[in-house]
Amino acid sequence: MALAILSLWSVAQQTFPQNGVYDERDKCYAFTNATIYVSWNQKLEKATLVIRNGKVEGAGVGLVIPKDAVVLDMKGKYIYPSFIDLYSAYGMPEMRNDGQRQGRNFFNSPPQMLTSKEGAYMWNEALKPEFRAYEVFKPADAGAKNYRSSGFGAVLSHNMDGISRGTSTLVTLGDEPPHSVIVKEQVAHHLSFSKGSSRQNYPSSLMGSIALLRQTYYDGRWYATQKGEVNISLAAWNAVQSLPQIFEVGNKLDALRAAAIGKEFGVTYLFKGDGDEYQRIAELKATGSTFILPLDFPDAFDVEDPFDAQMVNLAQMKHWELAPYNAARLAEAGIPFALTSHGLKKGDDFMTNLRKAVESGLARDAALKALTATPASLAGVSDKLGSLEKGKIANFIIANNDIFEKDAKIYHNWINGKPYVLKDLDTPELAGNYELMIGQTTYQLAAKGDGDKVEMNIVVNDSTNVKVKHQVSNNLITLSFTPKGDKNAIRLSGSMMERNWMGKGQNGDGQWVDWKATYTGPVEAKEEKKGKDDKKAIEKSEPGPLVYPFVAYGWEKKPQQATYLIRNATVWTNEKEGILRGADVLIQNGKIAQVGQGLKAAGAIEVDGTGKHLTPGILDEHSHIAISRGVNEGTQASSAEVRVGDVVNSEDINIYRMLSGGVTTSQLLHGSANPIGGQSALIKMRWGYAPEAMKFEGADGFIKFALGENVKQSGASEAFATRFPQTRMGVEQVYEDYFTRAKEYGALKRSGKPYRKDLDLEAGLEILEKKRFITCHSYVQSEINMLMKVAERFGFRINTFTHILEGYKVADVMAKHGAGASSFSDWWAYKYEVYEAIPYNGALMRDQGVIVAFNSDDAEMARRLNQEAGKAVLFGGVPEEEALKFVTLNPAKLLHVDNRIGSIKVGKDADVVLWSDHPLSVYAKADQTFVDGIKFFDRKDDEQLRASVLAERTRLVQKMIAAKQKGGPTQSARGASQSKEYHCEDVEDEVGR
Amino acid sequence: MKITSILIAAGLMVQTAALIAQAGPVPAKPQSQGIYIAGATAHLGNGQVIENSVIAFDKGKITFVGAAGQTPRVNLSAYTRVDAAGKHVYPGLIAPNAQLGLVEIEAVRATRDGSEIGELNPNIRSLVAYNTDSHVIPTVRSQGILLAQVVPGGGRISGQSSVVQLDAWNWEDAAYQTDDGVHLDWPEQFRFNRFSGELIKNEGYAASIQELEMFFKEAQAYIQKAAPETRNLKFEAARGLFDGSKRLFIHTNSAKSIQQSVLFAQPYGFKIVIVGGRESWLVADFLKANNVAVILESTQSLPATEDADVDQPFKTPALLQKAGVLYCIGHEGFWQQRNLAFQAGQAVGFGLGKEEAISALTLNTAKILGIDARTGSLEVGKDANLFVSEGDVLDMRSSVVTQAYIQGRGIDLDNKQKALYRRFKQRYEK
Repeated sequence: MALAILSLWSVAQQTFPQNGVYDERDKCYAFTNATIYVSWNQKLEKATLVIRNGKVEGAGVGLVIPKDAVVLDMKGKYIYPSFIDLYSAYGMPEMRNDGQRQGRNFFNSPPQMLTSKEGAYMWNEALKPEFRAYEVFKPADAGAKNYRSSGFGAVLSHNMDGISRGTSTLVTLGDEPPHSVIVKEQVAHHLSFSKGSSRQNYPSSLMGSIALLRQTYYDGRWYATQKGEVNISLAAWNAVQSLPQIFEVGNKLDALRAAAIGKEFGVTYLFKGDGDEYQRIAELKATGSTFILPLDFPDAFDVEDPFDAQMVNLAQMKHWELAPYNAARLAEAGIPFALTSHGLKKGDDFMTNLRKAVESGLARDAALKALTATPASLAGVSDKLGSLEKGKIANFIIANNDIFEKDAKIYHNWINGKPYVLKDLDTPELAGNYELMIGQTTYQLAAKGDGDKVEMNIVVNDSTNVKVKHQVSNNLITLSFTPKGDKNAIRLSGSMMERNWMGKGQNGDGQWVDWKATYTGPVEAKEEKKGKDDKKAIEKSEPGPLVYPFVAYGWEKKPQQATYLIRNATVWTNEKEGILRGADVLIQNGKIAQVGQGLKAAGAIEVDGTGKHLTPGILDEHSHIAISRGVNEGTQASSAEVRVGDVVNSEDINIYRMLSGGVTTSQLLHGSANPIGGQSALIKMRWGYAPEAMKFEGADGFIKFALGENVKQSGASEAFATRFPQTRMGVEQVYEDYFTRAKEYGALKRSGKPYRKDLDLEAGLEILEKKRFITCHSYVQSEINMLMKVAERFGFRINTFTHILEGYKVADVMAKHGAGASSFSDWWAYKYEVYEAIPYNGALMRDQGVIVAFNSDDAEMARRLNQEAGKAVLFGGVPEEEALKFVTLNPAKLLHVDNRIGSIKVGKDADVVLWSDHPLSVYAKADQTFVDGIKFFDRKDDEQLRASVLAERTRLVQKMIAAKQKGGPTQSARGASQSKEYHCEDVEDEVGR
Repeated sequence: MKITSILIAAGLMVQTAALIAQAGPVPAKPQSQGIYIAGATAHLGNGQVIENSVIAFDKGKITFVGAAGQTPRVNLSAYTRVDAAGKHVYPGLIAPNAQLGLVEIEAVRATRDGSEIGELNPNIRSLVAYNTDSHVIPTVRSQGILLAQVVPGGGRISGQSSVVQLDAWNWEDAAYQTDDGVHLDWPEQFRFNRFSGELIKNEGYAASIQELEMFFKEAQAYIQKAAPETRNLKFEAARGLFDGSKRLFIHTNSAKSIQQSVLFAQPYGFKIVIVGGRESWLVADFLKANNVAVILESTQSLPATEDADVDQPFKTPALLQKAGVLYCIGHEGFWQQRNLAFQAGQAVGFGLGKEEAISALTLNTAKILGIDARTGSLEVGKDANLFVSEGDVLDMRSSVVTQAYIQGRGIDLDNKQKALYRRFKQRYEK
C-alpha cells in the first residue's frame, strides 16, 4: 500500500479561492489489528484507530468500522500519538550563525550603546517581547521532514534570538499553508541569558543579562501604571506574562540563576535545560520547575593518545558517560520533563539517543509521556494533541515494532490525518539465506541488511562471494550476477510471494531458464571475536559516581562537621593572647569551642599539631574566582545593578585550590572597567556546595567602584574609547551625578508617589543609607583623595580602597576618613598609574592607622597569600603577627565579618588552617583547612582524591576506547577550558552563549 | 690587616636618596681593592655549603673559597674584610628568560620593546634594546638577581637573547654573553577558541612546522656557501646555531611538543634548551636521554588542567632533579624577577633540596646559558658575582640582601622604591 500524497489538502471551509474543480474528500481511515498507544499509559492490542477529516474519531478494541472508511490492516504494527517538540525554531526566519551577532565583529567594532532598531521599542535590542512567531511562521519542507522522520507531529516554534524572544507558536508538521498547521498562535514567552544577534554592548556579561531581566520585570510593572511613555516592547512584555515562560539555560547553574529571578517576580519557568541537570538535582528539584531536556549526548573523545587525552577533563569524560542518564535521574527525583530533539545533529540521532536514555534507566512510558502528554499539556493543547483520544488531531506514527526496540522503524507519520510515508508499509523483508535454483544449478544466496536495503551475495565458500545486483519494485524482483569463472552475467526477473521468489531469466548464453529462490533462514551474525566480550562488558558497565561539584576532586560524599581537637600547635590567635605555643584548639559544631592547653573532649578527632602552626583561615578581599561568564559589565559608566552573587560558579576548581592554600573566604568582585561596577559576593570555600550555600550568611553587601586608567579606557584604541568618562576629571562627575540622582531617587521613593524601581540607583541609595559599602579599585593619590571627598560631601565613607598602591602617599588622609586598604604586596610597573607603587605601601599605611589587607586579584597568587603577607615583613618590617592579620583579621574587619572570622577566638567560626611550617614562610603548606568546622582540605586526603581522579579517568578512557572500537561516534580530544581565570581588567563578552 | 665592619641596615642609604629618585643608582667602578666576606654560611651553588666561610675576591675574580680555619692561598691582609657572621652568601642569582630592561611599564606601548612583529626574526637582538637605566632593574638586583638573560618575544622565531649583568652604564657594558641563543616559540598543538571557550586542536600545526623546517633547511644550505651572492640576514643569524656557538631555546610546554620540537631540531646538531617545560616532568627520561636542558616557567603558577595535581607546578623541579635532567628555575616577566628566588623556595616545600634549589637559580642556569665557566658558583677563578643575605634567600621571611657584588664591584642596592619609601616616611614624621 503506497499512499500518494495529495497536492492539496483541505478541511472544512476555507478562504482561499480554488483554481479548478474542488476536490473535497471526507477522508476516513480505519487502522485495524494494531497495537495502539492511545496515550502514553494506555496500550491496546489488536485495536482499531479511526480518523476522519484529520481528527481522531475513535481508538479502541472492537470498534465499529465506518462503512465509508478506507480500511488498512496494521497487523504487527504499532501506532503511537506522534511526538511534540517544545523547543524548535522550525519555520522561523533563518538565524544568522545560530544566535551570534552578525553585521559586525563584536571584538573589532566600536561599542554600540543604544538600540539601532527603529520604532517605539525598548532601549535594548536583546529584548523583543513584541516578536510573535506565528506572524512570521513559514512551513519549511526540509525542516518538517527531519522532524517527521524522528516521529514528531508538532513543534513549538520560536525565534531563538535574544534575552526576551517573544512568543512561540504551536504548529503541526504538515506540508500545508500556515493557516492550517498553526494549532495555537501564541503559546509561551521565551527567554534566555544570551543576547543573541543584538549588537549592543549591554549586557556583556551573564550578570548583566540577569540584571537586565530583573530591571525589565520592574519596568513592566512601572509601565502598567504610567501614562507618559509609549513603549511597544514593554506593552508586549506585560501581555506575554500570562503565558507559560520558557527559559533556555546553558547549564544547571543557569537554571538556578533563572529560578532565582523567577522567585523574585513570582514566575515558575519552564526550563529548556542543557542535559547536565543530574549534576545538581536536589537544588533543581527545589525550584519546582519543569524541564525540557535535550538528548544531544556528547560523543566519546578520541583518547587513544595519552597526551592528547590529558586535554580532556574528568568532568567532560564523566558527562559523556552520564548524559544519557539525565532523564532517568530526573524522573527518579520526581522532576517533570518533556524531551526535545533540539541540538541533535542528524535526524535519526533522536531515536538512537531516546533508546539510549531508555537503556540508561528511563522507563518507556515515562519517555513516551515526555514526548506526548507532557509537552501537550505544557503547551496548553492537551485537548488537541498528545494522545489519540476522540476529537484530537490525527497526529500519529506507525512503526513496525515497539519504538523502543532496536530494530523498530517508523513507517508512517500521519499529520492532520494525512500520511507522510517514511517507509512503505509493504516494504518487503529481503534479508535472509536463500537457495537459488537456476535451471539445474543451485546457488546459496545471502541477503544481509534490513528491509529492502540489503546486500546480496552468492556464497561460493567461506571467503569467496559473488556480488548480486538486485532491484525490487512492487513485488517484482530483478537479480543479476556473474558466476565465478564466467564472463557473462545471468539476469533474472521474477515475482515475490512472501519470501519465495520465482520467475524467468536468461543465462550468459542468452538461454531462457526458470529460476526460484527459497528462503532457508536468517543470515547468522558472525561469531564475535574473542576479547569482544570484555570490551562489551566495559562498554555496558555501570556509570561512575556523581561528584559534587562535578569536576575532578569533587566529593562523592560531602565532608561533614565533626569535633576536632588540634593539639600542641603554635596558635596564631590574632587576639590579645597573641601567638600561643603548644596550645590546643577545640572545634565543635562548626565553631571554635575552646583555646588553651591540655584540653579534653570526649569523642573528638585529635589532630597532632606538634611542630605545626594553626592560623585563622585566609580571607582574600579581592578575588575573581568562581565567577561564571564575565567579571565586568563595563559597558556603562555605572553597572551598580549587576551582582556577582547571581553568577557564583560552584564548579570552579580554583575553590579547591584555594583550600589547598589555606584560603577559606573570598570576596568575589566585579571588575574595574567602569567607575561604578557591580555588587560583590562573599563566599566561603565550601567545596561541593551549590552557589547559594557557599555565600557567607548575613554578610553586609559591598559594591566595586574603580578609578583611573581602566575606567577611562586607557587601553582602548581611539575608536573604542567612547564611553564617558575619558579622564579623571570625568570620573569625579560620574560619582557626583550618580549620588545626586540616587539622593533624588530616595526622596521620590520616600514620597509615596509612584516610581520606577531602578536597580542601578537602588544600589546608590543603599550606599547613601550605609547599607552597602564600597570597595574601590584605586591607584594614584589624586583620585583616592577625590573619591573620599565625594563621599564626604554625600555623608558616607569609602569603606575600602583596593589595590590602593599609592595609599602610602595619603595614608593619613585615609585614616582620618576611615577608609581601609586592601593592597598587593609588591605588584608594580604593569601600567603607568602603578609606576610609583612600592612594596612598603602596606607598612606605611599601617603605620598611619589604616587597616591594611593584602589581596590577590589572581587565582594563582590567592593560594599563597600567606607568603604575600610575609613580604610585608620583608619590605617595611611589619611585625609577623601583624603581617598575618593582613590576610586574615584585617580583611575580615574591612568586610565587617570580624565578629565571625579572622581570629581564633571561642565562639567564632571554625575557619582555620593547620600549616606545616611558619605561616609566613615560602615553605609552609596548608596541611588541613577547615571551614565551619568541616575539614574541606587535607593534604593526605588530597593524595586519595588524586588516586581516585586517576582511577576514574582510566576507567572512562577504557570505556571510550571500547565505544570507539564498536564504531561509536567520537570527537577529537579537546579541553573544556578551565574556569576562566579572571582579573579585574578582563572584559568578557557574553557572546551568544 | 685592614678590618672594616660594614653595617648596613637593609640597604637604606639615606644620603643618596634625592639622587636615586631622579636617576637611579650609579654603576660601581671596577674592583680595585680585594674583599673577603667572613663568617657567613656560604652556599656555593654547586650543592656545597661551607659554614663560617671565607670568600675572597679581587680584580673581579674569586680568589679563595673556604672555611674560616683553612689557610687561604691569598694574602687576606691586603683585602677588606666584610663581616657577615650569621648571614648567608650566595652566587648571584641568574634570571633566565626575562624581559627585564625591555619593558618599563607594561601597559604603556612606548615603553615596550620586548616583542617585534613578523614571524621569522632570528636576526632580532634583544641586547641593543636593553635599557640599563630602567628603574625596574635596581629593584630586581636588590633581591640578589645579578645577571639576566634578556629574551625577545613575538613571532615564531623571536630573535636572539643576551645575558647581561645588572650594573652598567649602557648595554655594551652590560653584555655578559652577547647573543647567546635564538628563541623559537614552538607552535601550539591545542589552541584556545575564544567563542567556544575550549581548547581545540590547532589545525595549522603541521603547516607551522613545515614552515620552520623550510627555514632551517634553507638556512643550512645557505651557510654551506662560501660567499653568498645575496646576504640573507635571517640565515646569517642562524649561523651560530649550526656552528654550536649559539643555543636554540625552544619555548614550549606540552609533553608532545617538547618531544616533537627536540626531534625536529636535533638533526641539525643544535644545542637545544626547552623553555617553559610545564610538562617536562612527563618526558624527563626523554630529555635526559637526549641531553636536553630545561628552563622552567614560574613554579608559582596554576596547574595546566583542572584534573592536574593542585601542586603540580610546585613539584615539577623536584621531579626533574630526581630524573637527573639539567634544569633551572625561571620566572615570568620583568619586575616580577625580584621574586625569582621564591620560585625555587616554593619547590623546596615539595621535595626539592634547599641547595638543589640554589643550584637551580645559579650554577644550573649558568650551565644552560653557557656561562658556567665564568659564573654560577662560588669557585676560585670565576667572576665575583655574589651577594650576602641576612637569612635564607629562598624564603621571603629572611631574604634581606645586604651586599651584592658584580665582577667584584660592590653595587648600590638602593632603588626607586626605597627612595619613595624614604620620601613619604618623611611626610609622616612629626
